[in-house]
Amino acid sequence: MDLYRLTIHEATTLLRKREISARELTQAVLSRIEATNAHTHSYITTCDHSASLQAAAADRRLATQDPLSPLCGIPIALKDVILTRGLRSTAGSKMLAEFTPPYDATVTRLLKEAGAIIIGKVNCDEFAMGSSNENSAFSPSRNPWDFSRVPGGSSGGSAAAVAADQALAALGTDTGGSIRLPASFCGVVGLKPTYGRVSRFGVVAFASSLDQIGPVAKDTQDCALLLQVIAGHDPYDSTAVNLPVPDYHATLKSGVRKLKMGIPKEYFVEGMQPEVESAVNRAITQLEALGAQPVDISLPHTEYAIATYYIIATAEASSNLARYDGVRYGYRAPQSDGLRAMYDLTRAQGFGPEVKRRIMLGTYVLSAGYYDAYYLKAQKVRTLIRQDFLTAFESCDVIATPVAPTTAFRVGEKTADPLTMYLSDIFTIAVNLAGLPGLSLPCGFDASGMPIGLQLIGKPFAEDILLQAAHAYEQATPWHTNKPPL
Amino acid sequence: MEYEAVIGLEVHAQLLTESKIFCGCSTKFGAAPNHHTCPVCTGMPGVLPVLNQRVVEFALRATLATHCRVAQTSRWARKNYFYPDLPKGYQISMYELPIAQHGYVDITVNKHSKRVGLTRIHMEEDAGKSIHDAHSDASLVDLNRAGVPLLEIVSEPDMRSPEEAGAYLRSLRTILQYIEVCDGNMEEGSLRCDANVSIRPRGSTALGTKVEIKNLNSFRAVEKALHYEIKRQHEALTTGERVSQETRLWDADREATRSMRSKESAHDYRYFPDPDLLPLVVSNDWISMVRASLPELPSARRERLMQTYKLPAFDAEVLTTRKDLADYYEAAVRAYPTDPKAISNWVMESVLRVIKEKKLDAGLVITEWPCPPAHLGALVRLVHEGKISGKMAKAIFEEMCTSDKAPDTIVAEQDLTQVSDEGVLATQVDQILAAHPDKVAEYRAGREKLLAFFVGQVMKATQGKANPQLLNQLLKRKLIVNQ
Amino acid sequence: MRIGTEEVRRVALLAHLALTPEEEKDLIGHFEKVLAYMEKLNQLDTGGVEPTAHAVVGHASLREDRVTNQADTTALLQNAPASESDFFKVPHVID
Repeated sequence: MDLYRLTIHEATTLLRKREISARELTQAVLSRIEATNAHTHSYITTCDHSASLQAAAADRRLATQDPLSPLCGIPIALKDVILTRGLRSTAGSKMLAEFTPPYDATVTRLLKEAGAIIIGKVNCDEFAMGSSNENSAFSPSRNPWDFSRVPGGSSGGSAAAVAADQALAALGTDTGGSIRLPASFCGVVGLKPTYGRVSRFGVVAFASSLDQIGPVAKDTQDCALLLQVIAGHDPYDSTAVNLPVPDYHATLKSGVRKLKMGIPKEYFVEGMQPEVESAVNRAITQLEALGAQPVDISLPHTEYAIATYYIIATAEASSNLARYDGVRYGYRAPQSDGLRAMYDLTRAQGFGPEVKRRIMLGTYVLSAGYYDAYYLKAQKVRTLIRQDFLTAFESCDVIATPVAPTTAFRVGEKTADPLTMYLSDIFTIAVNLAGLPGLSLPCGFDASGMPIGLQLIGKPFAEDILLQAAHAYEQATPWHTNKPPL
Repeated sequence: MEYEAVIGLEVHAQLLTESKIFCGCSTKFGAAPNHHTCPVCTGMPGVLPVLNQRVVEFALRATLATHCRVAQTSRWARKNYFYPDLPKGYQISMYELPIAQHGYVDITVNKHSKRVGLTRIHMEEDAGKSIHDAHSDASLVDLNRAGVPLLEIVSEPDMRSPEEAGAYLRSLRTILQYIEVCDGNMEEGSLRCDANVSIRPRGSTALGTKVEIKNLNSFRAVEKALHYEIKRQHEALTTGERVSQETRLWDADREATRSMRSKESAHDYRYFPDPDLLPLVVSNDWISMVRASLPELPSARRERLMQTYKLPAFDAEVLTTRKDLADYYEAAVRAYPTDPKAISNWVMESVLRVIKEKKLDAGLVITEWPCPPAHLGALVRLVHEGKISGKMAKAIFEEMCTSDKAPDTIVAEQDLTQVSDEGVLATQVDQILAAHPDKVAEYRAGREKLLAFFVGQVMKATQGKANPQLLNQLLKRKLIVNQ
Repeated sequence: MRIGTEEVRRVALLAHLALTPEEEKDLIGHFEKVLAYMEKLNQLDTGGVEPTAHAVVGHASLREDRVTNQADTTALLQNAPASESDFFKVPHVID
């Protein structure tokens, strides 16, 4: 068996039984990357040497210690916005192309403590800004199911790597759909936890009140295992809540009987690719057959979500990206006449076009005279959007929707007009504004063989319910066993 | 046309916490460049701020000590601008909802009391330091100071003269020292002041064009700069010019303010609530606890010193400029309660002199006193009991300052006990007079100034130990009597 | 929403981005489109609605006042584009 095809839970069993070693597993994954990365461009940096060292350490732990985390000896890829000490972390940008962090992100540290093997840093849209991975400064990632198509973004590399078996699982980040959209486009499972469930410390900030780090995995069980390791309070992140982390594995197989499943009418509108709509509807029917009770709900402010998001996210981003000024780290423009010119040129040359567009927009909406009309207004609409969900959750336990209006589009198809690109976030974006957990899992394929995703949205800190519902659907369907012909 | 000045002061006080406001780096002054830094305070990618509890406690102390209203919920805001010593490209501060508002500080100028209002107090982080003159074309940046906690205290534009501004600044500093949140050292930068000044026709209530003055590095600089600026604005208006709203720098060498060449178009800081920090909520319990732990504040202490020790206002004022000085005074009085005024004189003249000479008052707490307060008390007792003369006491004090010895010990070791025995002194006087008959004759002929000569001779003969009052009496009696 | 060159330049100055004339033109177009799209929000009456400044409900967590960091100046300066005896080095401000 090709070891790189294993899921985390399958690999853990074999590792514990000593039927395979972490070294073998890691080597298999590294070879797989070598053989296939040229097509998918999933990886920006691979850790061939350090991975072997980590694997050796994992093998020692596996030989001696008990109890062990299920992640011990498992090769994991990290989106390149997640900092890794001593290992180049670029955020997909020229600005940080040569940046070697002197510290680990909290999630990195947690994975290392569990014995996971950081196998490499995967591709993403620059500073996590994008929905297709085309904004990466490093040969944009491609969809493993069809190299002429995008893997989705911004965690395109994470989803591509998992779909192509170039890692057993990955971590991504999601600010407006950046885990769920690529997971949907690549046919894997992606979870954006509740805001505050996972520490953001050490993850390059895009929009501070929207960013979350989450697992991208081959199935729901793996997703649960990975979430278990990274969830929890962190004294280094004031927004990471101090709430106990449930045992996600314990309730995974609880099924969906009596689970009330909200179907929001605003998410089933014109303009969707017909195959996407029918696949999602079939999934809802399937869930009903498994015992879930569909409930009609309304999320009336849905149509305002994109405008709201792009004001808030760009405003926060314009401030978060001010630190990239060529002074203390990162790119500095080689020739400049004085400090101001150094700033202007460094940022003009270090940032790509989409990042610059967003910084400009964000600066504008915060500037004197516009703050009330844009930023403040958007934050008020955000309250209404969140209230929509909380009201809906009074009559249901999970909400089922499509992830995207289409399947993966072709490279270059939407780059001409940024606004068109923004509109692909329509089903995912409100979830970030409301701070809720959202999960994407495969629910079919279109005629071109491209994966379609189903989104499940949960109440705050109810990732266990989401996983349980997703698992029930997954185990009753074949989608999770499909692999791209790579 | 008579003009009056309208002055407001904005003070930044560095707080005496162990660690920085949003990270666990040390705030200690004097480390090698960039040796008190971490990813958080240097603005590395992905870092997040976590608030230091003690900063809030210190802010609460200052709030209560200045009679401000505490906002039970206050918000952190980002102030966005670019500068090399501002690592994140924004400063975490407070904008719309500060922790405190509407307080006051009472001041006294030329015996007139006045209440200066405080608009607001809030917390924020300090920036690092840039060195611009090491190279002609480059600046060097040290981020040790980045993230040190600051309290920003904004006054109402209630001051009407540079002297009032000076008095306000001194009162505020004293308060901050008393509550032990800041050591108030302007020269070292732990207390910084920017001034806003405008002038308007006397009797008018509208405000004139406001000019901000920066680079004020001492109390004197504040007063001088205000004098200069008021005069400049006055001259401008009377010659028909307009005063521009601008920021000016005080040039201490030229003793003038000069226009800062405009860097960018007027700053647009784009304040917005910091998403990384949740609102600060201060409970009533916490406020009560801080209130209960406040020391006796300067004005209350002044009153008490005046009442309890019957000291004049001037003494009370001087003795309470520092809390530790007032503590010292009261400890000395405890050692010898009979003459608090005498002790006050000693503290104000001699103890303070030595402190200033040796710069012992640079920090918040004077750790090295010229002599222990109990020793000072003992010294005053010795004078009061007639054991030593006032003059001798001064010499003994100097000895006490260098040797740590108690005055009684010094007197005993050096046999300095004043000669107050009339018989013994009379003998000395007779000897001296007998040895200088010509001078005696001159004295009796009218040269009364020669008394000093005889005093000097007896003092020499007694190694300075003759009781001066008694000696004077004896000399006068003998010089006249033997007529 | 007409955004002129003046406006774009003002924003570029605040954001410290040097823009080519091409980019300026693109941005004007982009701004117009995006800001027009955002006009949607004015359809909503938000009188009396509290703005959401934070995504989690709760208040500030506080840490103890203790020095917990051991500085690693070497590591800090490793990524610096220019440094000199433990200082960061930057070009002078030219007015």
